[in-house]
Amino acid sequence: MNKDVKVIKVKNLCKKFGDFTANNNLSFEVSKGEIFGFLGANGAGKTTAIKILCGLSYPTSGEISVAGFDVYKQREQLKRNIGYMSQKFSLYEDLTVFENIRFYGGIYGLSKEVIHRKADDLLKKLDLQHARNKRISSLPLGWKQKLAFSVAIFHNPEIVFLDEPTGGVDPVTRRQFWDLIYEAARGGITIFVTTHYMDEAEYCDRVSIMVDGKIEALDTPAKLKEDFNAGDMDQVFLALARTATNVE
Amino acid sequence: MRVLKYLLQKEFLQIFRNKSMLPIIFVMPILQLCVLSFAATYDMKNTNLYIVDKDLSSHSRELISKFNGSPFFTVKEIGFSVEEAEKEIYKDKIDAILVFNDDFGKSVDLKKGASVQVLINAINASSAGLYNAYISSVIQDYNRKVSASIREVGTGVPVHFVQSSYLHQFNPEMKYIPYMLPGLLVLLVTVIGLFLSAMNVVREKEIGTIEQINVTPIRKSQFLLAKLIPFLIIGFFELGIGLSIAAFLFKIPFLGSVWLVYLVAFVYLIAILGFGLLISTQTNTQQQAMFIAWFFMVIFLLMSGLFTPVESMPEWGQTLNILNPIAYFIKVIRMILLKGSGFFDIVDEIAILTLFAVSVVSIAVNRYRKVA
Ligand SMILES: Nc1ncnc2c1ncn2[C@@H]1O[C@H](COP(=O)(O)OP(=O)(O)O)[C@@H](O)[C@H]1O
Ligand SMILES: [Mg+2]
Repeated sequence: MNKDVKVIKVKNLCKKFGDFTANNNLSFEVSKGEIFGFLGANGAGKTTAIKILCGLSYPTSGEISVAGFDVYKQREQLKRNIGYMSQKFSLYEDLTVFENIRFYGGIYGLSKEVIHRKADDLLKKLDLQHARNKRISSLPLGWKQKLAFSVAIFHNPEIVFLDEPTGGVDPVTRRQFWDLIYEAARGGITIFVTTHYMDEAEYCDRVSIMVDGKIEALDTPAKLKEDFNAGDMDQVFLALARTATNVE
Repeated sequence: MRVLKYLLQKEFLQIFRNKSMLPIIFVMPILQLCVLSFAATYDMKNTNLYIVDKDLSSHSRELISKFNGSPFFTVKEIGFSVEEAEKEIYKDKIDAILVFNDDFGKSVDLKKGASVQVLINAINASSAGLYNAYISSVIQDYNRKVSASIREVGTGVPVHFVQSSYLHQFNPEMKYIPYMLPGLLVLLVTVIGLFLSAMNVVREKEIGTIEQINVTPIRKSQFLLAKLIPFLIIGFFELGIGLSIAAFLFKIPFLGSVWLVYLVAFVYLIAILGFGLLISTQTNTQQQAMFIAWFFMVIFLLMSGLFTPVESMPEWGQTLNILNPIAYFIKVIRMILLKGSGFFDIVDEIAILTLFAVSVVSIAVNRYRKVA
């Protein structure tokens, strides 16, 4: 991790849908190579924020730059430098494993040779060589998610945004998924990951915890546990949720 | 360009893997053409004639016997009074009246050009057009024999007479299937093109893959072009099947160039597919897209002149047709196939369709939002 280089800079990000404020004045920075956890319960506003950072949606206000590009004016350059794994499933179910890899590699402009070489390496690493020509629809969810992640970083982006990448899979597969994340981070890719599994927060370098559209806490997991006098992140989260309901 | 290649590759793979798509592409055209061609001809078998023969010459009798001999006509009555005959039309017992004035035979003998007056029951405008067409075909048959020219002349009787220069000019043999079939071909490529394209982008929205596309640096125009090209090829393929059925099954003689039909189809399909994609980018579910596509399809089709002659529509309807791409293509395909029109006869229509195509595709690209 390089703490001097900030690849995501967000200042006073607000997003409103009508009178409803989904993101309320978010400010944070993410360093190069960091694994940044973006935590919050369902409906907290995580997906809303991640879509803005990826250039898929306009913020209502705020200054946001990602990989050095402004989300208002330089969205297309921004998109060249990021990967995104959406909360909805993002591979084509009616295409095979290899066809999906080739398609996403191709639209990022990778050459045919590079696509073939990297695809072979990737399938070997995931132990999915036997599934190369199987349709995505026939694979178990855990495999699909690992594959979707690998496809999202296939073009070597600076930052990858993962929106609840481990939703609905068993703990063993989740652990394997996090191994992939660590590996990518070691390779220099910044990871921005949302989750509502609090145990996953422990794997992050820093986490922000969002409640009802606001960031209520932001620090390393160790520091947060200390501040809240909590044994694990679950307790930190519960403490925060309690303050949120008290305020209302 | 390489990006487009990868996009196209993906679209083709998906189209041919979609099990519900293949029957639509291969079976539907054949069924549609056969069923519609036969169904649409069914009620035209018998036209009831009233003949007013004031001439009573051998010539008038010979022409009358031609009508008697035709399987399409039944001569219900022969009389002397046009008024009497008109009463029968008002009662809806008669479909058409033929009037031979007393100088008919003489004019034929003198070869100075004789005329038969035709009065048609025009309650149903499209059958009226057909009666007129059938009648003039019998007269032309007769003409060829006597080589005297007998022309139809209409009088100013308001309701009954239809001056249908349209039909008999374009389809001299006066057969119904050749007249209908080119229009049905248009219907076919339009239905398939419009629905496939309208349902496509929105399907990616429903599944969620569109976000994955929008987060890449793909250009909007590349993405939409990759959606358009496969359907254009499918449309060409459908047209090919349709033209083959027309030529080999229905034995329709093509007077004009099939290449010219393809040229027009190229521009036309881009307009229709662009419109479908526009619908697709503006809707959120396949159902919405489907309903909107139906809505426009039905309006365009009913006004297109496929089932009812455009000439018999009210003025405002004809004016609205300026914006109706289906109307242009139906008109042009009939002109090419039945009349043998060449490029310069239809250059205006091609220009208008090109204008449609360019504008609708630009609007679709413009309205497609990669960012919400
Ligand atoms: N397009 C939208 N229009 C209106 N409200 C929305 C829209 N998208 C999200 N929301 C609302 O914003 C809130 C946050 O949603 P989201 O960002 O998806 O939460 P999370 O990803 O944390 O579960 C929810 O209450 C949701 O209903
Ligand atoms: Mg979410």
